[in-house]
Amino acid sequence: MATIPLEHAHNEAEWRLPTRGVVAMTSLIIAESTIFTIFVTAYLYNLGRDTHGPTPKEVLDIPWFYSICLISSSLFIWLAEHAIEHAKMAAFRLWWSVTILLGLIFLYGTAIEWHKLIFEDHLTISTNLFGTCYYSLVGLHASHVVVGLIMMLVTVAFAFTRHLHPEHAYRVKVLALYWHFVDAVWIVVFTVVYVVGR
Amino acid sequence: MRDRLQLARWTRGAICAASVLFVSVRLTAASLPGSIFAPYSTPASEEKKLSIFVLLIAAVIFSGVSSLLVYALVRFRSRPHDTAEPPQVFGSMQIELSWTIIPILIIVVLFLGTARVLFSVQDAPRPANALDVIVVGHQFWWEFRYPQYNVVTANELHVPVSSKAEPRETFLKLTSADVMHSFWVPKLGGKTDLLPNRVNEMWFDPQEPGLYVGQCAQFCGAQHAKMLLRVYVDTPDKFQQWIAEQQKSQAEIANAHLTMASMPNAGNQNSAGGNPPNTQATNGETMAQSADISDAVTPQNGQLVFEREACISCHTVQGTVANGRYGPDLTHLMSRATLAAGAVENTPGNLEAWIKDPAQFKPGCLMPAMHLTDRENQQMTAYLLTLK
Amino acid sequence: MDSGMPIPQGIEGAIDRTPAQSARGTYLEAIHSWIVTVDHKKLGILYIAYALVFLLVAGAEALMIRIQLIRPHNDFVSPFTFNRLFTMHGTTMVFLVGMPILFGFGNYLVPLMIGARDMAFPRLNAFSFWISAFAGLLLYYSFIGGVGLSGTGSAPDVAWFAYAPLTEKAFSPGHSTDYWAVAILASGIGSIGTAINILATVFCMRCKGMTLFRMPLLPWLYATTSFIVLVAVSPLTACQAMLLIDRYLGGHFFDTQAGGSAILWAHFFWIFGHPEVYVLVLPAFAFANEIIPVFSRKAIFGYPAMVAASVGIGFISLGVWAHHMFTIGMTSFGNAFFTLSTMLVSIPTGIKTFNWLATIWGGRIRFTTPMLFCIAFLFQWVIAGLTGIMLSVSAWNWQLHNSYFVVAHFHYVLIGAIVFMIFAAIYYWYPKITGRMLDDKLGKWHFWLMLIGFHVCFDTMHIPGLMGMPRQIYTYEADRGWNTLNAIVSVGGFIQGIAVLVLVYNMVHSFFRGEEAGPDPWDAWTLEWATASPPPPYNFATDPVVASRRPLWDLKHPEDPDSAFE
Repeated sequence: MATIPLEHAHNEAEWRLPTRGVVAMTSLIIAESTIFTIFVTAYLYNLGRDTHGPTPKEVLDIPWFYSICLISSSLFIWLAEHAIEHAKMAAFRLWWSVTILLGLIFLYGTAIEWHKLIFEDHLTISTNLFGTCYYSLVGLHASHVVVGLIMMLVTVAFAFTRHLHPEHAYRVKVLALYWHFVDAVWIVVFTVVYVVGR
Repeated sequence: MRDRLQLARWTRGAICAASVLFVSVRLTAASLPGSIFAPYSTPASEEKKLSIFVLLIAAVIFSGVSSLLVYALVRFRSRPHDTAEPPQVFGSMQIELSWTIIPILIIVVLFLGTARVLFSVQDAPRPANALDVIVVGHQFWWEFRYPQYNVVTANELHVPVSSKAEPRETFLKLTSADVMHSFWVPKLGGKTDLLPNRVNEMWFDPQEPGLYVGQCAQFCGAQHAKMLLRVYVDTPDKFQQWIAEQQKSQAEIANAHLTMASMPNAGNQNSAGGNPPNTQATNGETMAQSADISDAVTPQNGQLVFEREACISCHTVQGTVANGRYGPDLTHLMSRATLAAGAVENTPGNLEAWIKDPAQFKPGCLMPAMHLTDRENQQMTAYLLTLK
Repeated sequence: MDSGMPIPQGIEGAIDRTPAQSARGTYLEAIHSWIVTVDHKKLGILYIAYALVFLLVAGAEALMIRIQLIRPHNDFVSPFTFNRLFTMHGTTMVFLVGMPILFGFGNYLVPLMIGARDMAFPRLNAFSFWISAFAGLLLYYSFIGGVGLSGTGSAPDVAWFAYAPLTEKAFSPGHSTDYWAVAILASGIGSIGTAINILATVFCMRCKGMTLFRMPLLPWLYATTSFIVLVAVSPLTACQAMLLIDRYLGGHFFDTQAGGSAILWAHFFWIFGHPEVYVLVLPAFAFANEIIPVFSRKAIFGYPAMVAASVGIGFISLGVWAHHMFTIGMTSFGNAFFTLSTMLVSIPTGIKTFNWLATIWGGRIRFTTPMLFCIAFLFQWVIAGLTGIMLSVSAWNWQLHNSYFVVAHFHYVLIGAIVFMIFAAIYYWYPKITGRMLDDKLGKWHFWLMLIGFHVCFDTMHIPGLMGMPRQIYTYEADRGWNTLNAIVSVGGFIQGIAVLVLVYNMVHSFFRGEEAGPDPWDAWTLEWATASPPPPYNFATDPVVASRRPLWDLKHPEDPDSAFE
């Protein structure tokens, strides 16, 4: 007993504090948002400052399908969250898997886009300013998708081996928060790169 | 107890010292070559006036706050017989409001004072007769181009005086060939950065003829410290004369001096001494010289060496094959008082030493030692000494 | 210090004076226990020790800089070495001394003050520390690694703000700049991790009864600092990534020859760089908020105003960065905007200063060593704030920018305010951390030497700046009138060096020979003094419950508890 016992009238009202996972993930999202802001700023600032091509207008096609896949995955992960909260584990496994699938489709879309840019348009990260900004920004986002997918795959492994239970709903929600963020960032990146940037 | 008294004494002492220091700074200010308190142009004097205004406000705030603090420390020190705790006061909204509002008022005053000078200096219109100079920063020297006169020089900027009767402002367009630099001549005005891919502007209207010194104020690499800057403010006549001199290409000068240049050792005769005699033994280094350049230390031979070596890929001498732009324009090298961006005086001895090994004056500067023989260095020096 | 201060009746019996049982084993086991620890107190001590080691290193670099500048055309070190010295000095002091020592105190104190048993994420905490430690080692490995294999470099020499395009491959070949970028990237990740951890701790780990507005000010300020770290260090991390893309993948972000922009780096760096000052200074304020009331024997004056001012500083600080760039060629409107926003910072900082003054007012001031440092801090902070306002006057800033006036100004902030408060914090919390008091006589020696050295050095240093001396020059011309001033500055630097050695000696000496501190040597009021010194690994045997901002005051003064006023 190395403490002074602090005896006070106990606060009868229940002592509720926010959960640390949500606070930490929110903080991480704030930090990540500023990182994306910097890359987006660089992208916008450098638009049209290239000394030589190829230019965005010449080589970029709008990835409608893959974008819809990624954005809609937010809906499915929300369904999965809802399912685990209500202890519907089968539904959770289904929606969670659909989310992963959509994420994988999106990554595949990025991969074929890059393949086209590199081998048909001869645009690499060192070709010109546009190449540098484009691959950095889209690559930064894609790397976040990859991180999210890895974490979701681990979760799905637990889910299918029956190691995931409804009491883990809170952890799943923290991960889902991250995935919502990744999707939201894509809306920004999409707007900047494919709408404003072209 | 002792400590407390010491503290109070120290504080008073510090205030006295600060005021003494302030006065002495003001007194010595004018005598120092780089003082911002001795302005010789409109921007610099506006900035100085503003600085005095701000300093006064700061002094008032400091003396107010620090006297309150000293008073509190002395008045509310604990005495040996104190055992009980003092009355606990947790705050007061009125007081908080008062020390929020007063600073806001001070800031309004400061901001308006700043904005006036800021807009009047930065957005001053360019008069039609202003002198334009393009300043290009290089690691570690300055290039000055006068587009109105088709003149290029380096490190020593010449501008006309701008008197009340005959105002003539100088407007600088500043850019950089490599990394960031900053143009700062304190007596003529604040600094403006030189950035690659960008043109900045600044202006001044020097009011007294003379030499004004400054230097690069943005860290730019190994020899940032010796990227010195000299601004010569000339009377209008002298400035026109200087321009006329600078406009001559070396071909014209060579024609004018044809007779003199044909005499042997012309270069040495023109130098003010300190140049080694050309009869010095060459220690068998003659072998290295190419066949068409004789041993004689003449400007002609020097020019041949100069044009044979890589010198011409970096330096320009108007009217000759030398047209490089990485290094300073040497067309009128001898019209400049210093070498190596103000690092050393422009004497024949220093010039030869500089060519032999630039790193002995400016280690890390981008001009390489060409590893020439002593004879070749002498010849080249003789040539450069003719570039007036 | 007033060790004779009687502990109020009624608590005497409740205090367990036996020191915490620390596992005694072989040295190897001891080292192992420090390496694998996830205890916030041990990690806090590791942070502080690590920072103090680098303080000595960077201090030595500062003294070498001062020897070189003691007279014109000195050749104590080569220009190359000099450029490395000031780059490493600045980088080290900010990233390897300032941030770690403040995070160290935060780690140690925040859980104790809010009545928690550890940080919210103990393993993240350990990760953050070790990656920061790795960053420090990596940065210093550049002295060997930069030159060892390729012979093209050594330590970084691009100045601590590393303006592009000087950092591009074309102008900085070799690997020294890479060491700089990667080290800062790594330390940035560590800082962001700790910031997340502190935020989660403050919001989620408070003991029963401790509402946000019953927290001591220190956790409040650490939360604000952590928020600034999140939004300010991340841009730095992002632009280091860009720099590395440029250097390793042939990118063109800052490659001006391919259309890249030098000004973009400047913006990105100062978006980090200016809030960083507040990241460092807010914890210093936090120490003042705890120490000044205790030795004035009064509650902090205007707690809500202090919270509001701190959070206000946090937000305003995000909108002032371009006052480092008044000479870079912004429009006059831009210059005016950043002049005004910068001046606005002085309002919340002014509120804080006046609140400290009001806390002292009407108190019974005990001039202990920590309090002496606080008092010096108050004076120096006022001066630093005023020179800061001078620098925000953009039209005058054109003259002052990048001169020694600026160097003097930010050293006034970093040493006069922050380092002085770190010293105060060391004297104040050393008894809690080690269980022994620091020697008071040596403490006084340290204080007075530091004070004299500081003022000889940095008061004088303003003047060469006003006389046209730019910063970051390895030598200067003899005819500029800067010679004597620089010699005086150098002498002041050495006096401070001696003062720091006195502190180091005191810390080592007192660790073995110091007077036993007991749990509450200063008769203080916050929760960290409610447990043994040093605290046991679990901090509090039972979770504390609080009813006011000063739980120990309530305990010591049952007749007049703070909780009665809520």
